[in-house]
Amino acid sequence: MVHSYKLSGMNIVLDTNSGSVHVVDDASFDIINMYESNSPEEITKAILAKYHDNPEVTAEEIADCLTQIGELKKAGKLFTEDTFKPIAGELKKRTSGVVKALCLHIAHTCNLNCSYCFASQGKYHGDRAIMSFEEGKRALDFLVENSGTRRNLEVDFFGGEPLMNFTVVKQLVEYARSIEKEKGKNFRFTLTTNGMLIDDDVIEFSNREMSNVVLSLDGRKEVHDRFRVDYQGRGSWEQIVPKFQKFVKARGNRNYYMRGTFTHANPDFLEDIKTMLDLGFTELSMEPVVCASDDPSALTEEDKTVVMKQYEDLAELMLKRHREGNPFTFYHYMIDLKGGPCIYKRVSGCGSGTEYMAVTPWGDLYPCHQFVGEEKFRLGSVFEGVTNTEIQDEFMSCNVYTRPECADCWAKLYCSGGCAANAYHATGSVKGVYSYGCDLFRKRMECAIMLEAAKSLEGNG
Amino acid sequence: MKIQTIETKNLCESAKNGGCGECQTSCQSACKTSCGIANQQCENKNQD
Repeated sequence: MVHSYKLSGMNIVLDTNSGSVHVVDDASFDIINMYESNSPEEITKAILAKYHDNPEVTAEEIADCLTQIGELKKAGKLFTEDTFKPIAGELKKRTSGVVKALCLHIAHTCNLNCSYCFASQGKYHGDRAIMSFEEGKRALDFLVENSGTRRNLEVDFFGGEPLMNFTVVKQLVEYARSIEKEKGKNFRFTLTTNGMLIDDDVIEFSNREMSNVVLSLDGRKEVHDRFRVDYQGRGSWEQIVPKFQKFVKARGNRNYYMRGTFTHANPDFLEDIKTMLDLGFTELSMEPVVCASDDPSALTEEDKTVVMKQYEDLAELMLKRHREGNPFTFYHYMIDLKGGPCIYKRVSGCGSGTEYMAVTPWGDLYPCHQFVGEEKFRLGSVFEGVTNTEIQDEFMSCNVYTRPECADCWAKLYCSGGCAANAYHATGSVKGVYSYGCDLFRKRMECAIMLEAAKSLEGNG
Repeated sequence: MKIQTIETKNLCESAKNGGCGECQTSCQSACKTSCGIANQQCENKNQD
């Protein structure tokens, strides 16, 4: 399958199944698009007619181009067949029963009251709760016990607001460090925080122990303070921005993400990204809000046009700043065309419910943080292990070929079939498709590939 | 007329030594609300 598109003055041809990327001129772009369904004679005639006023487009040039396309096809870099279906379930089968990542819900409570929060202000539709050291320790033991030969183990301290239970965070990190050598494991911790409780102690500890920190900031003050308010309704921007700046600076300006959410209120989120840049942050992420379609903050079809343009303009800004030697990172445009995940990973689907699980403060296991509070998705607990094998089997069977809608999608090897939680919330089934999210995802991948192609052609990719 | 081919990893070739499972879990990073795998690094020491 080939996906061809024009962006930022470039004609880009992606050979989906090999991952090959070609940058071509206008005539070659047209020839590639006609190649599989037209004869060489038909192509030559059509191209000569279309480019009759371009002296560089001659019958001889077209013949050369057709030869080059044929060679690329033979080399497996154009019109490559999808032969991956037989290995789609292979990785999950090979690693069946292996858990390598936990999202630890260290606190089901929050000191902010953001109405757009998918976790219902940190409580996940339940009561406020915090994880005890004993429950957390059991979760870490569960992870080690079920991680097989996997060396790298990931633990995210999540909430709610994890810093509301910072003492236990510290105790759990200390415990993990005390056992990792003996167990042959390497714990990678991350922390996701709203910033309200950041102080020197948090900064010093996190910068020593957390391989990554995710800091929630929505960008412009008026945008951020619309949703991210305390229980008195006061905006948090003024309080958290200086803390984030100090935190990030002390971290050496790396291994963090400034993560924002955009909603119906700010589909023009590029302005928020610019605010983040103005504040000195360069590792950025902006995510579309996750909420019910009838929620006032939900993105609409009209918003989509604005959002698509923002993605394109963002890519232009990134290219400009890259050329000026002043680059910044956007999480969703991070793509490694020369490296990146292997095909097994790309077709195996999201690891939720299999290699990745969320743990509630009282030790229950869920397929991921977005299913916490949905009782029917409870998998078991860190004390008894996975007992709801029916639900786990459903997640096990999710891969890039599970959803008929994905069959003809050129981006399926970049999303691996998408987010099961988004699919469930949009359609009522984890095997459904959140088509709005797919549209945005495809646009992001077009931008990301364009950026990498441009950098590669300029010799600094 | 020209076709410029960017240097990329061949996904078909990656089937040969891939599938070690050491790479990061899809969601365990910045977003937590969508699935993207393209941004993940291969951690397979045997991968080409």
